[in-house]
Amino acid sequence: MTTQTPLWEVFIRPRNGLAHRHCGSLHAADAEMALQAARDVYTRRGEGTSIWVVPSAEITASDPKDKDALFEPTADKIYRHPTFYEIPDEVGHM
Amino acid sequence: MKKELFELLLRVADDHLVLGHRVSEWCGHAPTLEEDLALPNIALDLIGQARSLYTYAGEIEGKGRDEDALAYMRREREYHNLLLVERPNGDFAQTVLRQLYFSVFMHGWWREAAKSTDETLAAIAAKAVKESVYHVRHAAEWTIRLGDGTEESARRMAAAVEALYPYTGELFETDAVTDALSKAGIAPDPASLKAEWERTIADVFAEAELALPGEAWQHSGGRKGVHSEDMGHLLAELQHMQRTYPGLTW
Repeated sequence: MTTQTPLWEVFIRPRNGLAHRHCGSLHAADAEMALQAARDVYTRRGEGTSIWVVPSAEITASDPKDKDALFEPTADKIYRHPTFYEIPDEVGHM
Repeated sequence: MKKELFELLLRVADDHLVLGHRVSEWCGHAPTLEEDLALPNIALDLIGQARSLYTYAGEIEGKGRDEDALAYMRREREYHNLLLVERPNGDFAQTVLRQLYFSVFMHGWWREAAKSTDETLAAIAAKAVKESVYHVRHAAEWTIRLGDGTEESARRMAAAVEALYPYTGELFETDAVTDALSKAGIAPDPASLKAEWERTIADVFAEAELALPGEAWQHSGGRKGVHSEDMGHLLAELQHMQRTYPGLTW
């Protein structure tokens, strides 16, 4: 059956979490079933969490071979790094 | 009223323990890994509900029987669960439908029991009703997918409807115990939940493209301890260890 059911990627926002994090994948017949399975497999029913499921086929990933072209050029331009500012506490998480 | 309340708690606890045991038999045998987590998850909910009910029943009875004594040291004729829940798992379709019939009923039952004048029962129900929402959704989704799936899954679902329908009448049976408790506002009158149950089942069946069964002869007896032949085997397996080494701490 798993060969006939598509793969889904699961993103979960923990109860006190700010953002959804990728936590794994699973096989399910459709989005509704994927949500239920994700709840069983990944949340253990900790209430107040939010779950996203996305068909794996919908995700486009960067190619590891492009690593140099994509990420290298920023490394030596420190003015691109917003690390020279102090963030007031009131701003909270950024 | 204590005698009636004890009897009722025992009935509902027996329903949940026996069904929980049945569902747990799927562990490692479900059609997919995801389902293999969902089914034991449901089994654990059911057994948790049984534990709360047995513990409270033991307190009401006041003879020092705890949850283990009630679960493991009673014989088949002393078990008062519905015949529906002791039905063998059969194929996945049959398990799903048994689950749908029972959890739709229990969802209504827990919702009403949460308003019970008995505080402990109301508290147990308030916790269980949340779990039952998930159980209904899980069983309904699968009923729809199998009923409206392939030719074979539809055939199996239809066979399950035929096999299990004669066990649904017992859900709504009333007797002196349920009458007394519903009059006192302690537990819901099972008959009052029938119309809602039928509506929900009809909605799910419509979406699943399953034909509703017509009228059929109904089995009865579970509430009086008169079980089907599968029950003794189930208890033999469930109780084996406690029977061999009774009264141990584990």
